[in-house]
Amino acid sequence: MKILVCISNVPDTTTKIKFDDGMKSLDTNGVQWVINPWDEFALTRALEIKEQSSGKIEKVSVINVGPVSTEPTIRKALAIGADDAFRIDCEPSDSYTIATQIAEVAKNENYDIIFAGIESSDCNSSAVGSMVAEFMDIASVSSVSSFEFNNSDITLKREIDGGKETVKIQTPFVAIVQKGICINPRIPAMRGIMMARTKPIKVSSPVSTEALSEALSFEVPPPKADCKMIDAENTDELIELLHSEAKVL
Amino acid sequence: MSIIVFSENRSEKIKKSSLEAVAYATNISKNTQQAVVSVSIGNVPNEELEILAKYGASKIISINAPEWQTHDSQAYAKLLNEITEKENASTIIFTNSNIGKAVAPRLSVRLKAALVSGIVSIPSSYSPLTLKRKSYNGGAFQNVQVKSPKAVLTLNPNSCEVVENPQAVNIENYTPNTPTNFQTKIESTDVTSGKIVLTEASIVVSGGRGLKSGDNWKPLEELADALGAGLACSRPVSDEGWRSHEEHVGQTGKIIAPDLYLAVGISGAIQHIGGVSASKVIVAIDRDKDAPIFKYADYGIVGDAFEVLPRLIESVKKFKNI
Ligand SMILES: Cc1cc2nc3c(=O)[nH]c(=O)nc-3n(C[C@H](O)[C@H](O)[C@H](O)COP(=O)(O)OP(=O)(O)OC[C@H]3O[C@@H](n4cnc5c(N)ncnc54)[C@H](O)[C@@H]3O)c2cc1C
Ligand SMILES: Nc1ncnc2c1ncn2[C@@H]1O[C@H](COP(=O)(O)O)[C@@H](O)[C@H]1O
Repeated sequence: MKILVCISNVPDTTTKIKFDDGMKSLDTNGVQWVINPWDEFALTRALEIKEQSSGKIEKVSVINVGPVSTEPTIRKALAIGADDAFRIDCEPSDSYTIATQIAEVAKNENYDIIFAGIESSDCNSSAVGSMVAEFMDIASVSSVSSFEFNNSDITLKREIDGGKETVKIQTPFVAIVQKGICINPRIPAMRGIMMARTKPIKVSSPVSTEALSEALSFEVPPPKADCKMIDAENTDELIELLHSEAKVL
Repeated sequence: MSIIVFSENRSEKIKKSSLEAVAYATNISKNTQQAVVSVSIGNVPNEELEILAKYGASKIISINAPEWQTHDSQAYAKLLNEITEKENASTIIFTNSNIGKAVAPRLSVRLKAALVSGIVSIPSSYSPLTLKRKSYNGGAFQNVQVKSPKAVLTLNPNSCEVVENPQAVNIENYTPNTPTNFQTKIESTDVTSGKIVLTEASIVVSGGRGLKSGDNWKPLEELADALGAGLACSRPVSDEGWRSHEEHVGQTGKIIAPDLYLAVGISGAIQHIGGVSASKVIVAIDRDKDAPIFKYADYGIVGDAFEVLPRLIESVKKFKNI
């Protein structure tokens, strides 16, 4: 069995978000790029499962749809422990075109389990994982918070509103993961970093597809009015303001 | 042409976020002369389904067969594809909930229809459809234009108004043609009953590391009770095991948008704010006047949580006459 983990290259979560080019694109000056947090969780869990599978899972690969500038992030995934990587060489546009590229590789290379994150911290689309599954016409389970692989028997837990469901599933399928899937994401160790240098990144050209939507521009939220400070003794006033001024009580 | 709304229910009640979705569909329908059709899966009594008509649905398709209560996203996408064809729909609207996130992208691929997810306000243009959505964890909004003939939309809860627009009630009990050979098999369901669901709560009370230990949650629970609020916490609190992981909000936890978010002993790290910034009003209680949370809050109290909370509980009880 083979696992493919989708890796999105995103600005570090503490980045101050600014735009240029007439509010059309992110101002990447000084931005630190990282593996999308969910994808880091997914990769860690995939590696754990592989190690516990007594050889049933032969390898864990990662894939990114992005230009050459994303390679440091891919190398980091290799340093964490992925066996090899794919990069589809294009500027990622909408989720539909990204998913098209990933599905193409996953299908051709016969991956059994595909991991994606519940959302990328830049686009927040919650789209790519489920779209990959639909392009491949295979099952998907979303909001996965637990993944157990036991002698090829797979049990997942998924979040539903106000609870959890335990689900059984057969490969192939896409698991779209969220909090809970792993406790501590792995960080690259020196040995891993050394080994990553020789691991292959297979670069290929995108298959042709068309975007179904167009991003016109970004807006930043208007600056917030100053916080109204209330005396610590005066909780009655706070309640009164929440009632008559803010109208939320 | 029509607009389909996938309405969700819990304990036989239509969710508030689904009424928002119907109201949103009605807004689009008024500007584009289309009918609003609501789809409901599950055992929801007719009196409850009629509420969908009150908010603008001129037809309600009810699928009541127990085998369809599966949450299998592949099957749901096929089912909604079937209904899209049957109703000649141009636009299909979901809530940006667990189930919406699971099904909407799949339906988008089936229909070759643009997916615009996490929408936060009414369209800025109806033709071509142009929408504002959340991006960068709330650090920015993106304006997106639909290029395809059909569109699949997901709405962020609590970001669109619920307005009444009563229609005659027309409920169709429907038996889908889509086969029910689902790939996923539900082994068991574990529902935390009675608790207020965070993503739907209008008020959320939240505690951070400032509360020092899980044993100190009594006053927060009491405050939540008095306000009828959901309970949340910051990430370190759930990492320490003081509270359950279900309560963790933020960029890597639940993303919520209540009318009122009340943060106690939470410093306001950017990753925390990413999950709560869509709240209408934020109140912060922290003993450090320079805590970043006050930059995001609308109302603030600088003080020791253990002194302020008992007073605040009394004030709420007085206000509510309890
Ligand atoms: C990739 C990534 C993702 C993350 N995701 C999340 C996330 O989803 N959610 C999240 O919450 N965090 C997240 N974090 C962690 C985040 O960076 C902060 O560490 C965390 O939010 C801090 O939690 P806190 O505010 O409870 O604790 P602290 O930062 O320790 O703040 C405690 C506050 O309590 C105040 N205080 C202390 N004693 C009292 C008292 N007696 N009365 C009143 N006030 C008091 C202090 O002044 C302080 O402001 C993430 C971090 C990373 C790197
Ligand atoms: N350009 C990309 N390359 C590879 N995987 C991606 C890319 N964009 C998104 N993904 C995957 O899809 C998930 C959800 O992203 P999104 O649909 O953008 O919210 C991410 O967590 C990744 O696993």
